[in-house]
Amino acid sequence: MNEHDTLGERLAQQGISRRAFLKFCAAIASMMALPPGAATAIAETLVKTTRPSAIWLSFQECTGCTESLTRSDTPTLENMIFNMISLDYHETLQAASGYGAEKSREDAMKKFYGKYLLLVDGSIPLRDGGVYSTVAGRTNLDVLQEVAKGAAAIIAVGTCSSFGGIPEAKPNPTGAVPVSDIIKDKPIINVSGCPPIPVVITGVLAHYLTFGKLPALDDLGRPKSFYGESIHDRCYRRPFYDQGKFAKTFDDEGARNGWCLFELGCKGPITHNACATTKWNGGTSFPIESGHGCLGCSEPHFWDGGSFYAPLSTPTSPLNLATEAVVAGAAVGAAVTIANRMKKNTAKSEHQTATVADLEK
Amino acid sequence: MNLQNISVKIENAEEYSIGSLRALLVEIATLLEEFIRNDTRGSIDLNSLPFAPGEYEQLRQLLGQGEVSAHIEAIGPSEIIETRYPGVWWATHYNVEGDIVADTLEITDIPEIIKSQSADIATGLELLRAQLNDEVKQ
Repeated sequence: MNEHDTLGERLAQQGISRRAFLKFCAAIASMMALPPGAATAIAETLVKTTRPSAIWLSFQECTGCTESLTRSDTPTLENMIFNMISLDYHETLQAASGYGAEKSREDAMKKFYGKYLLLVDGSIPLRDGGVYSTVAGRTNLDVLQEVAKGAAAIIAVGTCSSFGGIPEAKPNPTGAVPVSDIIKDKPIINVSGCPPIPVVITGVLAHYLTFGKLPALDDLGRPKSFYGESIHDRCYRRPFYDQGKFAKTFDDEGARNGWCLFELGCKGPITHNACATTKWNGGTSFPIESGHGCLGCSEPHFWDGGSFYAPLSTPTSPLNLATEAVVAGAAVGAAVTIANRMKKNTAKSEHQTATVADLEK
Repeated sequence: MNLQNISVKIENAEEYSIGSLRALLVEIATLLEEFIRNDTRGSIDLNSLPFAPGEYEQLRQLLGQGEVSAHIEAIGPSEIIETRYPGVWWATHYNVEGDIVADTLEITDIPEIIKSQSADIATGLELLRAQLNDEVKQ
């Protein structure tokens, strides 16, 4: 990577017009929930920005996060990622292997010490000295600690690196933990989701490059622009919840009418993510629009939060709660959310599992 | 074939309408007033709005098509149309795979992306001069 290489120069080398870049920035502004008019300002800033070096480490993970990223619907996202940053190490995407690959990481760390971005997907096993996941003979813990030392900031990509994810689910045989349990002296941004919405990763990078700092984060270290509201708040089925209209099974009249999936176990009320507006598969839909409740995959311990098909609150009384919610508005809504969180925590401690009856419900 | 080519039957929006459209039209009217009074451009990000099934198509019908439409080819196509309400432009940007990546209503006299960009003009001038030099040498 050339230290003086700016994004504008890179675009010019590739014959990408400024108009094309303006269009790309319009997409970025949309995904970052910035005013659409901000696209011009973003474009002007980004073209002058020096591209930072980035190192991507994969630990206990399924590669779903990288799959999500490379299947992104944003305009030529793969190109954009390589344009916005200099991705100097990524085990799945890089051509180099073996000693050559490790050397490119070491070179980037040395040359851009204190300036490079570190992206991590996967959790880190700590049990038995971290032997359950090693790369090139070194434990994930060892590599993370070494690479994190020279990083300007760390982006934890996916629920595993953000909160532990499925490897951390009970009984957590490898002693898996998230990045934030190990690294305490670096800014960490959690881009949770299983997998995370790819444009969120893009948006975080664009924000970092445009404003020179990480975006505002919520209490779980996630960017507020994407995780600031719950799925429930942005769900197009929310009015049915407020009216007390619920699907009772996946094939009843309520389901066919598109009513709320709360009683079928939807975790939308306690889940913060951008699925309801950003959507998946090229903006086609998101799980609730396809008729299935939200699993809550962007929240900590979602795998241990009880059955995916068990309602968050007592199934026999949501109508009363909903009726009151119409009258009392946000106050009751907040109470329901607190009750739901308590229920989830209880389920987590009791480690409920799904039953055949749940699935047939 | 991309996802948008798959035929999807849109159900009657009125059955599901959650009242977004009226609120949206009021917002457009407010932004138009602002543009007329203060020359302030406005825009609405349609991707961020939770439309019920069918409401998006109904909005297309309500706003209709005016006198101007533009097609841009830049990292995939973009369709920019002036709606039947002058000053209200609908800009839909697609990626190379044909999926929508940005979808905005712009309240302005002419959307920024239609204009030639100064950096592109300068690059174009360089190309033109290079071509003229080549012709002189020949």
